[in-house]
Amino acid sequence: MAKKLAEHTPGRKIFSSKIATVVVWVTTFIWTVPTLGLLVTSFKADKDILGEAWWNTLLNPKFTFDNYTGVLFGDGSASLSTGVLPYFINSIVITLPATIFPIVIATMAAYALAWIRFRGSNFLFFSIFALQIVPLQMSLVPLLLLFTGGAHIGSVQIFPALGIAGDFAGIWLPHTMFALPLAIYLLHNFIAGLPRDLMEAAYVDGANHFTVFRRIVLPLSIPGIASIAIFQFLWVWNDLLVALTFASGTEEVAPINSKLASLVGQYGSGYTQLSAGAFITIAIPLIVFFSLQRYFVRGLLAGSVK
Amino acid sequence: MSTFVSDNLPKFTSVFTAIGAFFLILGIIFAIAGRANGRKARPIALVILLGPALVLLLAGLVIPGVRTILFSFMNPDSNSFIGLDNYRWMLEDPNIKVIMVNTILWILVVPLFTAALGLLLAVMLDRIKHESIPKSLLFMPMAISFVGASIIFKFVYEYNEPGDVQIGLLSAVVQFFGLTPSDWMLSKPLNTFLLMIIYVWTQMGFGMVILSAAIKGVPADIVEASALDGAHGWRLFRNITFPMVKGTFIVVLATGVVGALKVFDIVRTMTGGNFSTNVLANEMYSQTFVQFDQGKGSALAVILFLLVTPILIYNIQSLRKERAH
Repeated sequence: MAKKLAEHTPGRKIFSSKIATVVVWVTTFIWTVPTLGLLVTSFKADKDILGEAWWNTLLNPKFTFDNYTGVLFGDGSASLSTGVLPYFINSIVITLPATIFPIVIATMAAYALAWIRFRGSNFLFFSIFALQIVPLQMSLVPLLLLFTGGAHIGSVQIFPALGIAGDFAGIWLPHTMFALPLAIYLLHNFIAGLPRDLMEAAYVDGANHFTVFRRIVLPLSIPGIASIAIFQFLWVWNDLLVALTFASGTEEVAPINSKLASLVGQYGSGYTQLSAGAFITIAIPLIVFFSLQRYFVRGLLAGSVK
Repeated sequence: MSTFVSDNLPKFTSVFTAIGAFFLILGIIFAIAGRANGRKARPIALVILLGPALVLLLAGLVIPGVRTILFSFMNPDSNSFIGLDNYRWMLEDPNIKVIMVNTILWILVVPLFTAALGLLLAVMLDRIKHESIPKSLLFMPMAISFVGASIIFKFVYEYNEPGDVQIGLLSAVVQFFGLTPSDWMLSKPLNTFLLMIIYVWTQMGFGMVILSAAIKGVPADIVEASALDGAHGWRLFRNITFPMVKGTFIVVLATGVVGALKVFDIVRTMTGGNFSTNVLANEMYSQTFVQFDQGKGSALAVILFLLVTPILIYNIQSLRKERAH
């Protein structure tokens, strides 16, 4: 049956299968070669990096792990005295809470918007939906000022200085804030679709909203939550703008992606650092992507196919 | 190794403390609030479940957004109003003209290429065996950060003097065809398009995957019926397939426009906005955090916001229609 269906999908009638096969595989090759080039370059010996093209190195292999040990643990150069390992750990330290916090808070809000009746619920949902497209750039400066100086009306302090600028909390918080609109919208779609009978049976049995949320909504939403969590994880790991704004560039808090950005612009021997450093940075997202691709695609489809 | 552990232990302690405290506080609040019953139960549940999100959205997006609009009418330190000076500067400064032209190029070229290439590949993938392998590989760059992707392409665009060994793929290919490679990042206006390729490389998979799902959702009997009527190739695509996936195609285009408008990492990593490649989002960052002019930075952010507003309105309208059903 599945095979028969496949034969009837429109692509089958538009291109001959030979042309399609060639075009797809050629494109796939072109799409993959740049990443392959980086991978090969990152294993080349320092002195060969500028003298030999990586595709020639492939034919005449001389590979070394030196670039990786140098980049991870420090190679004595000014830009990498301590290596990128502390930044790699910072990325983990930033990403875990910055994924968990917004998803939990968004799930709670999505449940409230979907299943607790109140006046203005529809308006609130539209407003939150609208916020997801507002550029981050609109809130960077005021948010940073809020963290460092609090908020005043005239000379009256209405909000205390949190003193978390340059601290991990000062990165978790903006990531949590910025993630909420999209996460609430996607989770609302998911949670609003839970079976009404099941929810009503629980309310009739005397369960309150908190019990229903914990016992029914959370377990049933796990697939939706998982796909959104993967997105948020990749988003935070790959982010540069929030990191540059809210984390100082130091090894105490800065994530590896921003460290990598700061390595760019050095020439010559900097290339070994750059290639190995880049591969270390993209390794975790690639592992997450390939092992959880199914959830990733599901999250994508939930967000964009109307 | 031991210093490594002792250096980093506090970091991990802070993560686990933060996550632990977060769930503990939630658990306690849920337990206490869950005891409320009668008429108060519903408002209490509403405040506790929805409250945190609303407070964070207000403090993180709404109020800062309004303040940015105010800052855009103020001086660099945001302590006195200077009227429309920041906007006048934008109209008069020749650099901003280049930035605006580039930004418009980005939002015209990038979404169209991303969506069109995504659609072409989605249609073709539907036609071949073992589609999951090329699909994964074409989709993979989406997991890579823009900084990572830029470094990957830094090696592709690497240039040496003619006659020297070319270690950059682009230079080598150009040389192979008997042409003279040039210092790509310095050649305007080509350099802007080379930066766009990086964006298309990372985001094309997004369009391809969701268009591919949309194509598979076209009912088989419609395709079969029109094929019996003699529709093949281009005609089948134009009359049947494209109209049925048009909605998804527009979603891909709109996502592309918003993404291209906000592009920052690629330009910053590849050229730092030099050599006439600068764009709005990068200039906003430079004005604010390099020149320390919050007024001009905020005015640029407001322009960015105004440019996404039509898409915002379109999205809200389609959500309304969808919810009306």
